[in-house]
Amino acid sequence: MARDIRPAAMPPPLTVTGPVAWVRQNLFSSPLNGFLTLLGAWIAYEVLANVVNWAFLNATWQGEDGSACTREGAGACWPFVQAKFGQFMYGRYPDGERWRVDLTYALAIAGLAPLLIPRVPGKLWAAIYLAGIFPLIAVVLLLGDVPGLSYVPTQLWGGLLVTLVVSSAGIAWAFPIGIILALGRRSQMPIVRMVSVGFIEFVRGVPLITVLFMASVMLPLFLPENVSIDKLLRALIMVALFSAAYLAEVIRGGLQAIPRGQFEAADALGLSYAQKMGLIILPQALKLVIPGIVNTFIGLFKDTSLVLIIGIFDLLGIVQLGLADQKWISPATPITGYVFAGIVFWIFCFSISRYSQMIERRLAAGGQRTTTKPLGE
Amino acid sequence: MATAADKRSDRPVGPAGLLFRPEVRQLVYQVLLLLALALVVWWVASNVAANLRRQNIASGFDFLSRTSGFDVSQSLIDYSNASSYGRAFWVGLLNTLLVAGLGIAFATLIGFMVGIARLSPNWLIARLASAYVEIVRNVPLLLQLFFWYFAVLKNLPSPRQSYVLPGGGFFNVRGLYLPAPLPQPGFGAVVLAFGLGIAAAVGLWMWARRRQRLTGRPFPVLRVALALVLGLPLIAFVATGAPLAFEHPVLRGFNFQGGLVILPELMALLLGLSIYTASFIAEIVRAGIEGVPKGQREAALALGLSNGQTLRLVVIPQALRIIIPPLTSQYLNLTKNSSLGVAIGYPDFVSVFTGTVLNQTGQAVEVILITMGVFLTLSLLTSLFMNWFNRHMALVER
Repeated sequence: MARDIRPAAMPPPLTVTGPVAWVRQNLFSSPLNGFLTLLGAWIAYEVLANVVNWAFLNATWQGEDGSACTREGAGACWPFVQAKFGQFMYGRYPDGERWRVDLTYALAIAGLAPLLIPRVPGKLWAAIYLAGIFPLIAVVLLLGDVPGLSYVPTQLWGGLLVTLVVSSAGIAWAFPIGIILALGRRSQMPIVRMVSVGFIEFVRGVPLITVLFMASVMLPLFLPENVSIDKLLRALIMVALFSAAYLAEVIRGGLQAIPRGQFEAADALGLSYAQKMGLIILPQALKLVIPGIVNTFIGLFKDTSLVLIIGIFDLLGIVQLGLADQKWISPATPITGYVFAGIVFWIFCFSISRYSQMIERRLAAGGQRTTTKPLGE
Repeated sequence: MATAADKRSDRPVGPAGLLFRPEVRQLVYQVLLLLALALVVWWVASNVAANLRRQNIASGFDFLSRTSGFDVSQSLIDYSNASSYGRAFWVGLLNTLLVAGLGIAFATLIGFMVGIARLSPNWLIARLASAYVEIVRNVPLLLQLFFWYFAVLKNLPSPRQSYVLPGGGFFNVRGLYLPAPLPQPGFGAVVLAFGLGIAAAVGLWMWARRRQRLTGRPFPVLRVALALVLGLPLIAFVATGAPLAFEHPVLRGFNFQGGLVILPELMALLLGLSIYTASFIAEIVRAGIEGVPKGQREAALALGLSNGQTLRLVVIPQALRIIIPPLTSQYLNLTKNSSLGVAIGYPDFVSVFTGTVLNQTGQAVEVILITMGVFLTLSLLTSLFMNWFNRHMALVER
């Protein structure tokens, strides 16, 4: 008696697949794990509950000054951020001229979008525009002092504007200097090598804060009597030189990873030094070290907050300044200000790092020398 | 780089041909570079000299022996406003070393825990650890310092409403007040016993290693060594009749007097530095452990080693070799970042020396030179030590 109709397949037991099994495998696989899960759940609950209470349930949403936020158990003081939002974004940039900053942002995005989104064509034009034309437009727009645009001195700049200006100009200048230093460190000429190594190691050995101190105290001494450089520009130069030393080390890592044969082949083809580096070596080396370059940039972006120590009001500096405002003094104001600044910084840094991970995966898909694994996700 | 061109025999000759020879060209480049550098240095130096003369600022290092005239809120050595600038230099340097040393210890502890937690098979723990890393490392350190100092520690109650800690400690807006231990006569025996314990533990470890190499029999070194290091001083402590008294902080007027004070500036700096650096160390640890090939672990288990032995004898030694170089640079970063204490008023080296001393004397060139020299020395020493440690670890690998 053979049955030729198969019985319907039974569903797999609950302990092997499905949510119950997942919980057992991932959360309660052993007594220790079970304990850790409970502990973790308790921590997560405490943190989340406090954050939600502080930011939403107990928060103050409306008010004219700090007294609105001064009560027992008050959470975030959002009216403070609302009232100071313009300052946080533009510093003391005149109200009527802020469209110039917005226009600059829009122009930057117009150039960056085709560069950053892989599918959009016109990368070469976008790069030429960003490297050559945009900086000029940005300086004219932001600084003014041309017919039709009033002059806005850099002392009035502040907030996110300064953070973005310092970090983007910093990386833009640091990049060529970093490449030159990296090539210099690998050069066969002993004096060139020594100068590069000396500069790189010196800068990497001292904290940025002393370099900035140097910019504000020593640079005026270095220059002839009547020459003075704008404070923001001084900070910019120092930030750029500082990041250049770190970038140089990253790029050197890439140069070292290029097999000797590539150099020799370029020599054999009779390419000059500039052709060899620009056409053969650097394109490969830079591609290898994209993660390192991005990390340097994120570090630079976070480090721009240090300029407040020499009296330039970046996002953090302007928040700090706003906290000193007598009108808004309340126990909840400082935390609110710092959390707001923290969220803005975090959004920028986190999206840059996620973007770089995406680019890394795309490049690795080409499947050559890139050894970086996708991160644990 | 033009090695191919060196071997060509049909080079153009004569004075014009000279310029086509790579070695000549390299020489010309280098001489030009040197000349340019010398010119810049000369220009800067003459400007500095002119500016200093105009502003009537003295030069030279004599100021180090002059009286400082300012107070420092935290000092590990005797210091008052009658001490010299040179003394203030040491006060600041020791404060920097204190916060860097403590910060490195805490950051390593938190970093290793979080890094291992990120690899945990427990889904929730791994997620919590990655949330920690992603949040903390993407926010500027200076902002975190401000948060801890101005938003948290400066919001604590006044001394009269202090939190009372078990054991006679107090926690308020002025800092953390703890009972200070005062060694009584006879405490020397405890210190001696501690030293003996460490010496005995080292001896035991060497003996156990030799025995295992010769006979293959292991010895529970860690447990016995711990018992020696902790037990011997304890016995001495009890035997000499507990020669340790405590000076408790007492509220007098508006503030606490006596006891051991940990300033809020130090606490904020420590919290900020350790939590921030730990997020980077966690990533390094995770990458290090993931970098050990799976086969190593499987081979160790196949040889019959226990889970703990696999971790201790096979995975960790190999992971450490990947971890140590980047860990060194994190330690250096932490030390350099400790200079951010200047922003919250911690009397570290940069704040005391590069800040106050520079403002008072106006001798910017000398002060900045000394500052840079100190940091360069610190980073050189750290990297020398870590290189030595790294070589040691690499040798063990065989």
